Amino acid sequence: MREFFTSQFGVSITFSVMVIGALLGITTYCIYFERKIAGWVQDRYGPNRVGPAGIFQLVADGIKMVFKEDIIPGHVDKVLFLAAPAIIIIVSFIGFAAIPWGGQWELDGHLVNIQVANPDIGLLYILGVASMAIYGLVLGGYSSNNKYSLFGSLRATAQMLSYEIPLGLCILVVVLTLGTLRLEHIALAQTGYWFGIIPQWNVFLHPVPFVILLITSLAESNRTPFDLPEAEQELVCGYHTEYTALKFGMFFLGEYAHMITASALISVLFLGGWHFPWIPWAQPEATSFFAVLVKIGVLGGKVVFFIFLMMWLRWTLPRFRWDQLMRVAWKGLIPITLALFILTAVLVYFGLERSIWTLVGNVVIVAGALLIAGSFGREVTGRTTNLPPIPSGPFSPGVGGVGASA
Amino acid sequence: MIEDHDILNVDAPELSAAERFYLPQILDGMGTTIRHMGHSLFKRPMTVQYPEERRELRVENYRGVHRLNRDEQGRVACVACFMCATACPANCIHIEGAEAPWDDREKYPAKFDIDELRCIYCGMCEEACPVDAIELTPRYDLVGRTRAEMILDKEELLVIYDQTKGEKARKNPPITGYPRMAGAAALDPESETEGEQA
Ligand code: SF4
Ligand code: SF4
Repeated sequence: MREFFTSQFGVSITFSVMVIGALLGITTYCIYFERKIAGWVQDRYGPNRVGPAGIFQLVADGIKMVFKEDIIPGHVDKVLFLAAPAIIIIVSFIGFAAIPWGGQWELDGHLVNIQVANPDIGLLYILGVASMAIYGLVLGGYSSNNKYSLFGSLRATAQMLSYEIPLGLCILVVVLTLGTLRLEHIALAQTGYWFGIIPQWNVFLHPVPFVILLITSLAESNRTPFDLPEAEQELVCGYHTEYTALKFGMFFLGEYAHMITASALISVLFLGGWHFPWIPWAQPEATSFFAVLVKIGVLGGKVVFFIFLMMWLRWTLPRFRWDQLMRVAWKGLIPITLALFILTAVLVYFGLERSIWTLVGNVVIVAGALLIAGSFGREVTGRTTNLPPIPSGPFSPGVGGVGASA
Repeated sequence: MIEDHDILNVDAPELSAAERFYLPQILDGMGTTIRHMGHSLFKRPMTVQYPEERRELRVENYRGVHRLNRDEQGRVACVACFMCATACPANCIHIEGAEAPWDDREKYPAKFDIDELRCIYCGMCEEACPVDAIELTPRYDLVGRTRAEMILDKEELLVIYDQTKGEKARKNPPITGYPRMAGAAALDPESETEGEQA
């Protein structure tokens, strides 16, 4: 029995149960903090009535959601309608399986990974699973049999397709640099130091892909300023217009779970995962139980930072217009990331992928992008010529009109 | 008629390279929001915590629930002239006049109902009243469980006067002397003119 629980398999099972429980709690509390931050940004308090500082607001909201009438409208495709929220929530939770939360733990003389699964293709797995989420959105809108919902789904599809390209290219930059798809190895490869003080995190090598990955993962999780699929002003609520009660809640939770996966992924890819300089327990050599807790705490702290950043952005920026959204992806992010990708490939060929030249290349690419953006005129959408002068004559446009003067 | 010189063609301002690159502008915006966040966290948000705290009102001209004023002898000051009901754009004042039991005026309201749900709190009734009998008070938290409850009758309106006369005195009390009517001899003619000017 003890052997089973100390083997990698046993630890994985225990850990997955713990992760799912913790994540459910954390995602719901994300909603609370979202509302709090919204309040603070807008000079308000945010929820503060239920319990001290409103911390039980979530319980109240949850009870409300569970007990609301669960309506399945008559005109929907029932099977797909029920499948959509389930797909969203399942997909956003299984992505966590490959995140290396706490490095390695020495247990009964052997090392186990604090990770539910450690596949060779961990990164591909997360990417594949994350893009499955689109099925939830598309099916939700399609099965609702409602034009606005369908519009929402169409937008979601186009947006996700467009932003998955720069997202994938940014991740490829890291994969090329480190030569592995295994997330644990990616985290381990970033634990060294330059000059003894600067941790070898990828963000110091490639700041531009880091920023672009941040932007595209915002778009992937449908957060403001990329929340066009659920633009209230235009589409009622987009793909989840017809959903009520707990099924709506699942869409809601799915969004936050997606945010957490994205934050964890960015932390592992660019910020060294559980590694942190100056903390002796957040180093690869430390394998005690306490070290595991510290590592989980460190990665958790990075995740919290990114989630805060996403919420902060949400309450700062208005939504993009659709043409702007597409322009940013196809004319801005994709060329820049392609250039970065080629740069990395060339540097890898010369064996310089972890040298100062990556930084230089980043700066050159951004400067070039600025130069190109500056040398072409601003694209003008809409009417470009002045209106012709209104002929002064016996009729006035408001009163008589053309017909009246004839 | 729109003439040529009336037309103003506005060109969109040229964006600088930084503005077209989005990110510097986004950072600028994030600076603004974090400042507000800091203000709410370390100083105080704007919110008034309503049931516990209340805003300070400008009592003089706040337009809340109505009241019917009493004159010096505690009688209803209204003379049932229907000016307020005529002026009311929401048609929510219903008055039934009757012969006044007192000899200093001809009529008084036998019934005086205001439907507080239809009222738009414009204050026209207060403007219209020749004897300043109807006034809006700074009370804004009138609630009721039924629609009928929200139709205030004369007694309720007088009670509101008793409750609120401390915080807001009747505007022009001396005017209710009706000097040209019987029983007005006791009144000082000076006070009438003063009242009208005030
Ligand atoms: S405040 Fe305006 S709407 Fe209300 S009773 Fe007076 S006149 Fe009518
Ligand atoms: S409240 Fe004033 S305006 Fe209205 S009927 Fe009475 S005296 Fe006339």
